[in-house]
Amino acid sequence: MLKTFKKGGVHPAENKLSANSAITMAELPKIATIPLGQHIGAPATPLVKKGDVVKVGQIVAQSSGFVSANIHSSVSGTVAKVEDTLDSTGFKRPAIIINVEGDDWLEEIDQSKDIKKEISLSAEDIKKSVQNAGIVGLGGATFPTHIKLSPPPGKTAEVLILNGVECEPYLTADHRLMLEKGEEMVIGTKILMKALGVNKAFIGIENNKPDAIKHLSDICKNYEGVEVTPLKVKYPQGGEKQLIKAVINREVPSGTLPIEVGAVVHNVGTAFAVYEAVQKNKPLIERVVTITGKSVKTPSNFMVRIGTPTIQLIEAAGGVPDDTGKMVSGGPMMGKAISSVDVPITKGSSGVLIFNNTEARRREVEPCIRCGKCVSVCPMGLEPYILMTFAEKQMWEETETESAMDCIECGSCMFTCPADRPLLDYIRLGKTTVGKIIRSRNQ
Amino acid sequence: MNRLINISPSPHVAGEYSVKKIMYGVVLALLPALAASVYFFGTGAIIVTLVSIASCVAFEYLIQKFIIKTTPKISDGSAILTGLLLAFNVPSNLPIWIIIIGALISIGVGKMSFGGLGQNPFNPALVGRVFLLISFPVQMTSWPKPLGFLTGYTDAVTGPTALGKLKEGIMNGETVSNIMQDIPSHMEAFYGHMGGSMGEISALALILGFAFMLYRKIITWHIPVILVGTVFAFTGILHFANPEQFAHPVFHILTGGVMLGAIFMATDMVTSPMNPKGMIIFAVGIGVITVLIRSFGAYPEGISFAILIMNAFVPIINKYVKPSRFGEEVKNGQ
Repeated sequence: MLKTFKKGGVHPAENKLSANSAITMAELPKIATIPLGQHIGAPATPLVKKGDVVKVGQIVAQSSGFVSANIHSSVSGTVAKVEDTLDSTGFKRPAIIINVEGDDWLEEIDQSKDIKKEISLSAEDIKKSVQNAGIVGLGGATFPTHIKLSPPPGKTAEVLILNGVECEPYLTADHRLMLEKGEEMVIGTKILMKALGVNKAFIGIENNKPDAIKHLSDICKNYEGVEVTPLKVKYPQGGEKQLIKAVINREVPSGTLPIEVGAVVHNVGTAFAVYEAVQKNKPLIERVVTITGKSVKTPSNFMVRIGTPTIQLIEAAGGVPDDTGKMVSGGPMMGKAISSVDVPITKGSSGVLIFNNTEARRREVEPCIRCGKCVSVCPMGLEPYILMTFAEKQMWEETETESAMDCIECGSCMFTCPADRPLLDYIRLGKTTVGKIIRSRNQ
Repeated sequence: MNRLINISPSPHVAGEYSVKKIMYGVVLALLPALAASVYFFGTGAIIVTLVSIASCVAFEYLIQKFIIKTTPKISDGSAILTGLLLAFNVPSNLPIWIIIIGALISIGVGKMSFGGLGQNPFNPALVGRVFLLISFPVQMTSWPKPLGFLTGYTDAVTGPTALGKLKEGIMNGETVSNIMQDIPSHMEAFYGHMGGSMGEISALALILGFAFMLYRKIITWHIPVILVGTVFAFTGILHFANPEQFAHPVFHILTGGVMLGAIFMATDMVTSPMNPKGMIIFAVGIGVITVLIRSFGAYPEGISFAILIMNAFVPIINKYVKPSRFGEEVKNGQ
């Protein structure tokens, strides 16, 4: 029997339309818009101003706190301005806008395709290198990677888990990367293991990607301590806590981090970025983005420079379909609807999903028939129906005691609800308000 | 190019379930039992079913339109289901006017007075049935004999149910083995060849419906299996303690409304607990109360009362019986 997590979970239609399309290089944008806040935490502080000439890979904004990350120019050209620009969060936030001229890379970056296997850097130097390269979690959460490489005092990492689950329907960026950059990814894994001082790593992959499981298993034979764990397909297996439960059968206690049970989880895309940073001296300036949807002419996977406008990728995949009703940055379960096709691709953009008019509308909300399906699918063992009611009635104390803050916002409850009730909308409202209450209480 | 696109928070896709699909799924699951009923009781079963469904739907429509003054939503199938279940819980020769009163109580008092679909604490069909049982005890307990498909609505020959004979016999001081000579065999009871409420007779047909609902993931196994198991275990203990006073457990689970109640009445989503732990407590409670009423109470059958009594405990069960949270065991230091 294949491993999986125990509690709850759903199985949305997979719709991996772009699974067989190889990653192609996206064209350079004419104007690159590089937001300063592409990660969880404080936005980076810009180091360039209007008129500055920048090269590919040059640092343009510096980490501004403990939880923050450096940002590098993904293009060469002249800085046009630094101003507030609409990004995929739906807000206008500061960004560096660069007029692209040529493709002039910093000399110290190794642009060759040769695979460099030998890891010469020490653990400390690896951490520094990862931090300098501005690497953040590429699975979508965009938590700065270097922080996860330095466990807090008193905690030790025992095992590294690579997240190659890609449980979101439609998205295939990680899948393609595992197939096409498998060896680099496994070397990246070894680098992460060295930095963490662990000698065991598991790559969790759902068995709807048998080609990736086979490919990486073959590669892992040559790398000691790295092993592929095939997993049964179930959403949200890519959730950090669910993945740890599935792979090593440990439960991260409520309100704590994975390091509590000795685990550190990184996305497979992050492992590839770490390889490039440590072995090739290349900062995080590009990533794989899936452009997909049932009406998209050619669902595709692109290697994209950060800051490329979304519309350019959609055009490359056959243009905006006539029946477009909604566009989502990320997957259908947890992605964010975008309000403009001009928003730039950032470090956290795993894909752009285009829904047609009928798919784009929510169904009519009906009364709760108390079927309990939301309770049975919740991977955190919560009771979404009661959390929604408490949030609706603004009963914040009860919302907190019913563990609203444990919700991972995977959307399984709302996906499965036969009455199409807006469960997660209200739980988010509850979480936001309870979060504020907790912060003010702790002050 | 300018056009408006939708913006909404995630998730952006929805699953296959809908209220309608669930309601009509249960209706489909009830069809084998309906067929068995028509096969054994004839025309009466058809008339009772049609009248019950039509009047439940009509009352729901009228109440929504003229009293609550909202857009009637009878197409969701919930009134059809209540009508069908009410019909299943009455004899197949019940006069039409009594059925209509039952439908009014089920929909009007049992469901709409609490706010309609999803709001009622008690199973509406059982509210109607128990109201009728108390108000019209004679008509509600004149059980037609299973004389076959050609039996007319009014020409039914009536007689007591197996449970009725048992209760009466025990009251008169007879022994179980004596009474049993006059009672359908376990096999006959399994197929449904015996007197009783319209839809409760054929365990086989009801179990078919159960399998269908499990396959379609409309309900989980917890309530039916635990409920029937509890009745079996409890009556088993009584039987082996005193076989001349208490009937065999197989007799108990195949007669009366245990199968219908366990599979279709106690599993009513609105009036049953929200998580498996709660469902188990709920089902054990119904099983115990049913056996207590059957073995020690005044009525020969008690499952309707048992379900309604446990319905009342559902809010408390939901409040205190929580699913185990992720990470909880670790938090408790295990």
